[in-house]
Amino acid sequence: MTIAGFFFYLFSTVLLSSGAMVITARNPVHSVLFLILAFFNAAGLFVLLGAEFLAMILVIVYVGAVAVLFLFVVMTLDIDFTELRAGRARYLPVGLGIGLILLTELIFVVGGFAVAPGAVQPIPAEQVTNAAAIGRVLYTKYVYFFELAGGVLLVAMIGTIVLTLRHRAGAKRQNIAEQVGRRRKDAIEVVKVETGKGIS
Amino acid sequence: MPTTISPIEAATGIALQQYLTVAAILFTLGAFGIFLNRKNVIIILMSIELMLLAVNINLVAFSAYLNDITGQIYALIVLTVAAAEAAIGLAIIVIYYRNRGSIAVDDINSMRG
Repeated sequence: MTIAGFFFYLFSTVLLSSGAMVITARNPVHSVLFLILAFFNAAGLFVLLGAEFLAMILVIVYVGAVAVLFLFVVMTLDIDFTELRAGRARYLPVGLGIGLILLTELIFVVGGFAVAPGAVQPIPAEQVTNAAAIGRVLYTKYVYFFELAGGVLLVAMIGTIVLTLRHRAGAKRQNIAEQVGRRRKDAIEVVKVETGKGIS
Repeated sequence: MPTTISPIEAATGIALQQYLTVAAILFTLGAFGIFLNRKNVIIILMSIELMLLAVNINLVAFSAYLNDITGQIYALIVLTVAAAEAAIGLAIIVIYYRNRGSIAVDDINSMRG
């Protein structure tokens, strides 16, 4: 077995077992941590496939952003997870059946597909790095896809902010316009104190 | 099956079918996870992430074995959509928890107004 073969089996074994742990772990925090491990191993598979750019993006985007987001939500919400696991045995047979059917179908597809003639592209004469090869088509041929991805992220960002923004009654907030528009007469008052009477 | 051995297969000794099998098993694990954790919507979201990861492995594997960079562009788009979906989904979970004090999926069967 070559070194690449060894690493392929290493990465895919850890990927699949951590994927199984994600869905079976008792504690959702452990699920998120196994999800991070699965993403790291998928990034390793991408490196083996020669897609270094996507591997790094996977680590940065998923491990750096999405998994941390999951971790925040799991740890900040005070949820009784034992109650949520209650009906697990009831759904197990159905899930196993559908999973086995799906897996069998997918294995048939993997074993029986054929690559169309002419689908394999010729290797370009000029060897460039993976990131350069992606950049050459991403900003030219697929520029609309690139813009679309940016639009999707913008919509997701605005949607998330709109969904979670709330104004709690009674919360003290800074009103900058009110602060700036303050005049002297609003704040202080000059009182002529008469002798012997004081200020009532 | 490709009649000519792809250069990456010649270099690494790993066939395209091996990557596809790994992705198929991972996709099945994701689908199974949705059934196994019917009540816990956070784990359901994680299962969807696993399924999208399996799709990405497929896209990148075909991209590498067919010498076509387009698959990696698609994988990039899928990655973007997955990140956006996770953000929106978690935001919905947070506001649902704020309103109801629980995230049990079984309770989400009534829509108001």
